[in-house]
Amino acid sequence: MSGLLYLIPIALFMGLLGLLAFVWALKSGQFEDLDGAAQRILLDEEEDENPRGDPGRTS
Amino acid sequence: MTTADARAQEATHLARTEADPTAPAPAPAPREPEVEPAPFVRLDPESGLLRLDLVVEGVHCAACIRRIERRLGELPFVRAARVNLSSRRCSVAFAGDPEGARAIVSSLAELGYRAVPFDPAKLDGADAAAEKELLLCLAVAGFAAGNIMLLAVSVWSGHFVGMGEATRTFLHWFEALIALPAIAFSGRPFFRSALAALRRGRTNMDVPISLAVILAPAVSLVETIRMGDHAYFDSAVTLLFFLLIGRYLDRRARGAAREAVARLLALRAQAVTRIEADGTMRAVRPESLEPGQEILVATGERVGVDGEVVAGRGELDTSLVTGETVPQPVEPGSRVFAGTVNLGPPLRVRVLAAGEGTLLAEIVRLMEAAEQRRSRFVALADRVARLYAPFVHTLAALTLTGWLLAGAEWHFAMMSAIAVLIITCPCALGLAVPAVQVIAAGRLLRHGVLVKSATALERFARIDTVVFDKTGTLTTGRMALEAIEGGDASDLEAAAGLARTSRHPLARALAAAAGPGPARTGVEEVPGTGLRWCGPEGEWRLGRRGFAASVPDDDRPGAELWFSRPHRPPVRFRFADPLRPDAAEVVAALRARGLALELLSGDRPATVAEVAQRLGIEHWRAGLAPAEKVARLEELARLGRKVLMVGDGLNDAPALSAASVSLSPASAVDVSQTAADAVFQGERLFPVLEVLEVARRAERLVRQNIAMSIVYNLCAVPLAVAGFVTPLVAAIAMSSSSLLVVGNSLRLRLRARTEPAFGPARPPRLAEERA
Repeated sequence: MSGLLYLIPIALFMGLLGLLAFVWALKSGQFEDLDGAAQRILLDEEEDENPRGDPGRTS
Repeated sequence: MTTADARAQEATHLARTEADPTAPAPAPAPREPEVEPAPFVRLDPESGLLRLDLVVEGVHCAACIRRIERRLGELPFVRAARVNLSSRRCSVAFAGDPEGARAIVSSLAELGYRAVPFDPAKLDGADAAAEKELLLCLAVAGFAAGNIMLLAVSVWSGHFVGMGEATRTFLHWFEALIALPAIAFSGRPFFRSALAALRRGRTNMDVPISLAVILAPAVSLVETIRMGDHAYFDSAVTLLFFLLIGRYLDRRARGAAREAVARLLALRAQAVTRIEADGTMRAVRPESLEPGQEILVATGERVGVDGEVVAGRGELDTSLVTGETVPQPVEPGSRVFAGTVNLGPPLRVRVLAAGEGTLLAEIVRLMEAAEQRRSRFVALADRVARLYAPFVHTLAALTLTGWLLAGAEWHFAMMSAIAVLIITCPCALGLAVPAVQVIAAGRLLRHGVLVKSATALERFARIDTVVFDKTGTLTTGRMALEAIEGGDASDLEAAAGLARTSRHPLARALAAAAGPGPARTGVEEVPGTGLRWCGPEGEWRLGRRGFAASVPDDDRPGAELWFSRPHRPPVRFRFADPLRPDAAEVVAALRARGLALELLSGDRPATVAEVAQRLGIEHWRAGLAPAEKVARLEELARLGRKVLMVGDGLNDAPALSAASVSLSPASAVDVSQTAADAVFQGERLFPVLEVLEVARRAERLVRQNIAMSIVYNLCAVPLAVAGFVTPLVAAIAMSSSSLLVVGNSLRLRLRARTEPAFGPARPPRLAEERA
């Protein structure tokens, strides 16, 4: 039973860490562009096949 | 060509915008910024850098993001560029001179993206902040609910295996520790709204919610101090969590719609060409103009302000403002209005101050008056709450007195009364409406309909009359070739060779009718008059009647172009504003549903009669001023009709405010889009049907949900009155009713795939009533 005395605070503390991480993410604007975040994982930083930019439109 | 003409042509090139959000492919991006970006540059005090926010058209994938960000990163003065794909915006931080903004916009234009600067404070407003606050409350409530549930489940299990009093109380204290601050923080949106309602002497759904959310932990705290058996912390926090989910989704759905409308309007922003004191031309934002300054409106350009013509005479396309499709002549001294298009030679226009008898001021005044006279619509949920809240509060009081009279001890009677309040807390009722609305709004969004108002869907579901505007609503609002008089297809092809060189709206309509083909070289454009080209056998002319053909004016209505070639009789091309491709089907489908239809237009009777006859609309009125449209709508309202107004022009804006619900196409003037409850995109009129269909189904589901949650609560109430409700029972009752309601709402999505688009027709009601 005495285990509860520190196990519960540990559980709460870890939960609180998660909450703080979320608040930080919210404040730093990570929820502002959810569609963009989904697309950006497709971007490969090394890839450089068209450095000057293509004046046309591709989809 | 005079220097003034040369300047005018250059200004046209500079300032031209043909931003039609309904067009599938964007017009070729101009190399020069159409809106001077420098005034939009802000200094970021933290980093000391300059910031520019742009709405970018045509960004839709990762490749676009990379291309834009890399291209801007190549500019030496740019420090950071970030594209936001969700809101189609780009935010750029750069150093040095604000004039660098011009280079930023033009490099985007070179990539083929149209970018328009905007003021983020103006576009976002309070909405984004409120949405963020809700999300934060939701996160805190979610965290608290999860952790408290962990402890609460232990306590519930403890009831069966004989948990000691000390351990239970210890766990209860932990629950209190989490719940009390969490509720104080996350409950604020509800407390605020409840307080506001109470101050006005009303109740809304948030009053019983707030009461339960405050009373439950208060009682639980007392119980915890007394080392009692039951604490309701978990119920209170979970309830709050569920309700916040509903509220957040609701706000997000509408926020997305409002933002999309604002974005469309921002993209349509255009510069006006100001004539400086020294005679030079400068493209500036319309807002930065001051009364008395003069602007130049080039051929084919949209007039950006209300004003008075100082020099030049010609014709204006006023269809967006008055609904009139035939161009109106203007001369020095004529009033011109923002939204009209100059078809003739360049005009010099003196800017009039707002309130100086401008049309816009008059329209705004009419809109405000109509808004005030319109009876305030009370959402179904609020009407239910008005009955529901007093009912449950009386029931709780009766429970208390009942038990006391029956001789129960005071503590037991109090606990039972509070259990009644907790169990009847309208959790499912609070979700009943938002759950359906979110799904409905999402479905409509996929069909290009942006629902801006919270209660719009409910109002759409109740209408029995549809009033249409003609120009730009039933018709496309753009000229198209209707007939060739005195000639044939070969004349069309020959004329198109000239027309392809011009940007005049009629010339472009002619070129569009002829399809792709070669343009003649060496065509000379006489602004406001026509085109001429010297061919081997003589001069070809395409343009106004007097310029191209010496035919006497026979006063035939309609827009026209004349084409003459040597040794041949002149050919007349007649233009008209064509109906939207599916207008006839949509009108027929609306009639089949038993809706009364009416057409109110500012155009001349002959044109309106023809459209009404082709669509089979019996009741029509033509030549109406904005105030007359409002008067007709108010007359209909007095007859007890629920009217849907569909319109796009400036002259429709007051009528849109006066109708019980309103819809406007995305090509409408901004005042109308702002006044309308929903905006639809695209060339087709079909979204009107779709909105009505979805609204009707949503209404049905909302009613089912409300009925279901009330029945559910009524079943649980006897348990609470009898004093049998433990926190476990409360938790089960609450979450299962919420799940039921959300599950029922999802049917809107499921049935969308299986059901035909047209529901059963309603019996014709009031359809025979004389208009």
